[in-house]
Amino acid sequence: MSTTTVSQLDKVKDGPWNGGRSPWNLEYGKIMMWFFLVSDTFTFSAFLIVYGAQKFAQPTWIDADKVFQSIPGIAESGQPLVFVGIMTFILIMSSVTMVLAVDAGHRNKKNEVVKWMLWTILGGLCFIGCQAIEWSHLHHQGFWFGTTPATGLEGEAVAEALAPYFTKDIAYTAALQFANMFFTITGFHGLHVSIGILLNIIVLFKTLNNTFERSGSYLMVEKVGLYWHFVDLVWVFVFTFFYLI
Amino acid sequence: MSHHNENIAATHGHEEHGGMDKAGIWKVFFILLALTALEFLIALGFVHHWGMIEKGIVLNIVYIVLTLAKAYYIVAYFMHLKFEKSGFIVCCSVGLILIVYFIVLVLIEGDYLLDAFQSHPVFPNN
Repeated sequence: MSTTTVSQLDKVKDGPWNGGRSPWNLEYGKIMMWFFLVSDTFTFSAFLIVYGAQKFAQPTWIDADKVFQSIPGIAESGQPLVFVGIMTFILIMSSVTMVLAVDAGHRNKKNEVVKWMLWTILGGLCFIGCQAIEWSHLHHQGFWFGTTPATGLEGEAVAEALAPYFTKDIAYTAALQFANMFFTITGFHGLHVSIGILLNIIVLFKTLNNTFERSGSYLMVEKVGLYWHFVDLVWVFVFTFFYLI
Repeated sequence: MSHHNENIAATHGHEEHGGMDKAGIWKVFFILLALTALEFLIALGFVHHWGMIEKGIVLNIVYIVLTLAKAYYIVAYFMHLKFEKSGFIVCCSVGLILIVYFIVLVLIEGDYLLDAFQSHPVFPNN
């Protein structure tokens, strides 16, 4: 009787939650990257939800199709969504090259990892370049943090200056809130893209240095990849709420 | 413990990644591309060019559904969440319910403010 009790206690527990290994079969750093991204989701959600709340609270709102209607170097006006479409395509494309880099890492193919990381970095740089063009175009029209084309004007001149950007009623506050939110949210996203490019470059150099080849695992490519896909994910939402709706 | 971590790292690629090969990656890419193209077809074609659809709540819901579909494919396949252990999937996604709560709360508040400011004017105090 007592012997069976002892052997029950001595029996080594080997369930996933009994210690000695990761219950999720995931490496610590990768879990932490996921948890960081979940927290970042809340940051971006808060931004976009406040944008939505402003739209609900204002009696009128700016028409995005009239604010963004140029294709740099091709058309000055009349082409809404085309340029941002190109930007969206670039970011989705760079997300695909990132997965291909991760995939090459799983097969321990160093040269392929280098190739796909280079394409990913190039995609990121193209995107941030387009973003810079978009910002400077809007800035030249008179929009900036706390500024609209009608800032400093009074009376009828305000409506006149803002008329090109509205389809519904014209309001200074709506234009101002739109400008503030646009530059804050796309700016915060652009900061994420920039950090992502930096991380990708670091990982590229580590790959070239054979750091991952020596350790036998390209897990770091995967972790940076998670971050990069998240940046793409955020853009999907920014695109919908700023440009489509 | 450290020995075990190395073990996970070394065998990781061979055990866990049956879900996504190169053909799978391109398939997801084409799904994402198709969903984006559909958004552009609606926005540029049906709304802007041909004027067949009016902007409004129904169209916004269509856009949001398409966006959530894209988000699903990015998170599930590109970020590989679909192939992780179910406990981890729950751990990462259950908190997002709070975002739904936040959306409902803040949008109701915004709508109320619009109504309140318009139906209750500010009176000059002199």
